[in-house]
Amino acid sequence: MNGVKLFLQEAGETYRFGIKFFRELFKPPFEFREFLRQCYILGNKSIFLVAITGFIMGVVLTLQTRPTMVEFGAEAYMPSMIGIAIVREIGPMITALICAGKIGSSIGAELGSMKVTEQIDAMEVSGTNPFKYLVVTRILAITLVLPLLVVIADSVSLFGSYLMENLKGQVSFTLFFTKVFEVLEFSDIIPSFVKSFFFGFAIGLIGCYKGYTSKKGTAGVGRAANSAVVIASLLLFIIDFIAVMISDIFYEL
Amino acid sequence: MMQTEGHGLFAKEEMNAKFGRKKLLISIKNLHKSFGDNHVLRGFNLELYDEENLVIVGKSGSGKSVLLKCIVGLAFPDKGTLRVLSKDVLNLPKAEMDLLRAEVGFLFQGSALYDSMTVRENLEFPLRRHKDRMVNESIDQLVLEALENVGLAEAIDLMPEELSGGMKRRVALARTIILRPKIILYDEPSSGLDPITAREISQLILNIQKIYKTASLIISHDIDFARSIANRFVILKEGIDYATGIYKDLVTSNDPNVKAFFNYET
Repeated sequence: MNGVKLFLQEAGETYRFGIKFFRELFKPPFEFREFLRQCYILGNKSIFLVAITGFIMGVVLTLQTRPTMVEFGAEAYMPSMIGIAIVREIGPMITALICAGKIGSSIGAELGSMKVTEQIDAMEVSGTNPFKYLVVTRILAITLVLPLLVVIADSVSLFGSYLMENLKGQVSFTLFFTKVFEVLEFSDIIPSFVKSFFFGFAIGLIGCYKGYTSKKGTAGVGRAANSAVVIASLLLFIIDFIAVMISDIFYEL
Repeated sequence: MMQTEGHGLFAKEEMNAKFGRKKLLISIKNLHKSFGDNHVLRGFNLELYDEENLVIVGKSGSGKSVLLKCIVGLAFPDKGTLRVLSKDVLNLPKAEMDLLRAEVGFLFQGSALYDSMTVRENLEFPLRRHKDRMVNESIDQLVLEALENVGLAEAIDLMPEELSGGMKRRVALARTIILRPKIILYDEPSSGLDPITAREISQLILNIQKIYKTASLIISHDIDFARSIANRFVILKEGIDYATGIYKDLVTSNDPNVKAFFNYET
């Protein structure tokens, strides 16, 4: 019973934190420089990791599915199947999970350590709204940057898949990507792109909330980083589930 | 509760006459603050005058840091009046509070330098917030001047992680004085420092006061350190201003609670 109460309390606090984000988002002054700096830090510094993961994801997915497709004589459908799987689901989800681990934990730890070392108080005393400077900029940056990272991950992943198809089945670059784009429609791309914004928002919100409200000294910083990753990852699956249910309604229309 | 007069220490009028006080900068009356069942402040009173160094001593957890946080609006008292530079802090709108904060510097216990910024950026941060029309040359000049005043001009491009504890405290002090505040609040300025560095910091506080003509409200456990900079002491005990006076009078007090702080040598 206590656990349920704690869960509801935490959910309520996170909701209030999210509402505060939207209130502060549209209120001047705008911390544009810090927002750009965060876009650079959170986005640029994640590109390599996201690209490597995307590449391996494409290669592995192709290698794992190819034998079965060959068995059924359906290897010609490989590019289409891989394309849809990566763009609709695997690309956004894996990129978001990678970012929840890398960015969510780093935001949680950074804000948590700023909290326990009184840097957030120092900022407030300096006449700065720390919520706006630290939280709004980070949540907004990751919300806008994650969809771009997903596009990069999808592209690299498809390229990895093409390399495997080329090695195993002598499929040309043009043929592979013609087949991929033949089956991809806006109804595949748009929902996946839209849910990436929600993924980014969830990662930023949870990371900032956990860090900004962390307590109990340095141990609290570790807990903040850890729970930011765990809760954000769980939330990503919930958002994905809801997004798939909603887009499924549109497919049926 | 021991009243000031009851100690044979100075009454307010005597104090004013003795120090030739001019202007009342901080006035705290009957301040109460609780955290759940923990009543930290239970009717605390304090007055800080122009160019005065007032040291608050008290046990750990007695509410000293909470008191400082109330003064700058980082914590909100439950009851009482709190006037800083003639402004009622408890009823001040956010924008005015930010303006007031430019006139009240705060040196945090752990220095609280921004880890992700260089020393220069740490010092520029409050300047860019409060003086947004200031040109870059003026900002550079003020940053350099503040660092020179704490003897750390050469550290301008270092990151906080490259500084020692004493250097961090100096940079934090430079950041505190860069807006030329009228009052500086020091939260345990000597904590975590060796005795030599602590002495250097106390000397620095006195120099800064001479240069910038500030009033200081200092929290310290270290009586030797406090003695070197204080004009006056307030003992915070059980949430109230238990006793107040100058070192000479407090150290000869017969009150056991005052003795616990001041007569440890005898």
